[in-house]
Amino acid sequence: MRLIIPLAITFTAGMLMILNFFIPHQPFRFLGENLQEWYLIVASGSIFLGVMNLMHVHFRKIKLKLKNWKYSPVTIIGFLLMLVTGLIYGVTELKPFDYLFMNMVAPMGATMFSLLAFFVASAAFRAFRASNWRATLLLTSAFLVMLGQVPVGAMIWDKIPLAKVWLMSIPNTAGQRAVMIGAAMGVVSTSLRMIFGIERSWLGGAD
Amino acid sequence: MADFYEKLGNIDRRIIFVLIALAVIIPIIFGMVFPNPVGAEPSRDLFNYVDSLPEGSNVLISFDYDPSTMPELQPMAEAIVLHLFQKNINIVGMALWPQGASLGQDAMSSMADSLGKVQFEDWCNLGYKTGGGVMIVRLGSSMSAVFPTDRDDVLWSEIPMLRGITSLESFSLIISLSAGDPGIIAWVMMAGDRFGVPIGGGCTAVSAPTLYTYLQTGQMVGMLGGLKGAADYETLVGITGGQAVRGMAPQSIAHIVIMLFIIIGNVAYLSQRKKGGAK
Amino acid sequence: MNWEILGIWLGALVTLCLYSFLYRDNPFYKFAEHLFVGMSAGYWVIYTIENVLIPNWWLKMFPAEGGFNWVWLIPGIFALFMLARIVPKIAGLSRLSLGMIVGVGAGLSMVSFFQTNAMAQVKGTIFSVATGSAWDVFSSLVLVVGVVSGLVYFFFSKAHTGLFGKTANVGITILMVAFGASFGYTIMARISLLIGRCQFLLEDWLPTIPRLLGIGG
Repeated sequence: MRLIIPLAITFTAGMLMILNFFIPHQPFRFLGENLQEWYLIVASGSIFLGVMNLMHVHFRKIKLKLKNWKYSPVTIIGFLLMLVTGLIYGVTELKPFDYLFMNMVAPMGATMFSLLAFFVASAAFRAFRASNWRATLLLTSAFLVMLGQVPVGAMIWDKIPLAKVWLMSIPNTAGQRAVMIGAAMGVVSTSLRMIFGIERSWLGGAD
Repeated sequence: MADFYEKLGNIDRRIIFVLIALAVIIPIIFGMVFPNPVGAEPSRDLFNYVDSLPEGSNVLISFDYDPSTMPELQPMAEAIVLHLFQKNINIVGMALWPQGASLGQDAMSSMADSLGKVQFEDWCNLGYKTGGGVMIVRLGSSMSAVFPTDRDDVLWSEIPMLRGITSLESFSLIISLSAGDPGIIAWVMMAGDRFGVPIGGGCTAVSAPTLYTYLQTGQMVGMLGGLKGAADYETLVGITGGQAVRGMAPQSIAHIVIMLFIIIGNVAYLSQRKKGGAK
Repeated sequence: MNWEILGIWLGALVTLCLYSFLYRDNPFYKFAEHLFVGMSAGYWVIYTIENVLIPNWWLKMFPAEGGFNWVWLIPGIFALFMLARIVPKIAGLSRLSLGMIVGVGAGLSMVSFFQTNAMAQVKGTIFSVATGSAWDVFSSLVLVVGVVSGLVYFFFSKAHTGLFGKTANVGITILMVAFGASFGYTIMARISLLIGRCQFLLEDWLPTIPRLLGIGG
């Protein structure tokens, strides 16, 4: 019984979305549209779940004085700072919430991911080896794209950008498409398994 | 000599870090700018499509990214917004990523200020919604059901430029500036293929190779891939000294340096393999 | 106080704190990392409340013209069930909300992926067959052979031997070219992000130092 209700909800919601696609008329249209609007609200619940979990983890770290617990108040204060400024001033431009976002959150987010530039260079130096002809082909393709994507490629030889466009439009498209079609078949079969209750791992391992 | 190659292979990663940093910093300090020729790239296709839109058309821009990809996508956003404003095309902004709502606002308001465009008459920002693809499908039947208000709680009915807009089909083009999922793929699936609205977009360089498949099938009218795409659009629109175009010189030098790293790494590897020292 | 310069300095300080990680893990990095996580979470919550829950739920349940639209209680309760996950005794309730999310997602994905990523791609491959110049014919041949052999490579229900194995070998060769292109683009993406931050530090932040010290404009 514990599983029948969630599985019935999944089946009903899934079938409704499929019927709404093939028969976009009443009553499926009305039901489908309402379900889509409800989805927005329920999905928002998952954001709150994530944030509550984050706070729970950090309060627990402070309480039990776990490793690096001294930084947990920074996370909590940062969270409260955005929450309070957002609730008081709203998200309007040039207000404190927006100011904090543009001058702190945005630079931190951009910097965090720019660190990868250094590590990808280091990894390429250590691991990118032309160990056989296929790996050499991969390397050649990468070099052609790296040169074709920047002005210096055209400075070396004006045909490099043209070769890059061809490589991206033909062999790359062929390879990506093969992966895409294969993955689409996987999505279709997994979705059907979920709708019909065969795939239940999302229920959290209970049986 | 074998020792030299071994040492080369085990070089401290911080030396690599310094060289990469210098490859980027030096061209910026010396203000190096490389010409950025735009060939038969998908960025030109997007530019031409936007350029062919009649004055007064409505274009939806979805800012589906966050600060982590801002250096690639923000210059695209600014160049596209500028082009649309120059063509007197109305812009409706929205976001599938929460932080995209603020970044989109920044791009649209800064360009609007410089060109004298008026919020709610020439452009508006509807803000962020959860739901990704599911939400896009609902937009296909009713925009106001999903966006009863804009980002700053102004009612849909109080925004003059939205009067003629009912669903996604009211738009001549949808442009998604996408850093991943939900993003361009969701727009192609839910808006392009389902409701027949033309889709264009800009994406991070990481996702560009996958999206080439949609260009060949005509599911996308054009695409800007990474900083190169942004630089192309800046060049085509005629922005002088744009952020992306200025980025092409450090990008070129850094690519050369990384390629040299790979070559040196392989020389060391092959010489060690010759000696039987590496597998 | 010049808020613009203060903002640039705040951005520069957190940027430098995060870059200090390149030397080694240190308290400055950890501080900025934890701050980033907390502030991002706060940002998400505020936008979800202001841009989703108030306009799409609260104002629909309690419309401006008055009254109470009870049907909107249902998604509200489902959203609340999601939070039950953190209370072990009632964690099972979250399965009801997950059931709805999974069902809607699966139903929509099934038809959309089939239409966009399977059927349209097959059609695109068939219609790519060109009759123009020799180069166009060659290109379309590479595309068609590449797609078909790539799919053969992913078909694991039959042993990759004989003609089937040779076709799969062509497939993996095409895939290698595609992965190489992806790698090239990935390098480009990461460098672009670094360029963005360096442009900020060198072009926005550095010029403020002489201004603060009263040297130059």
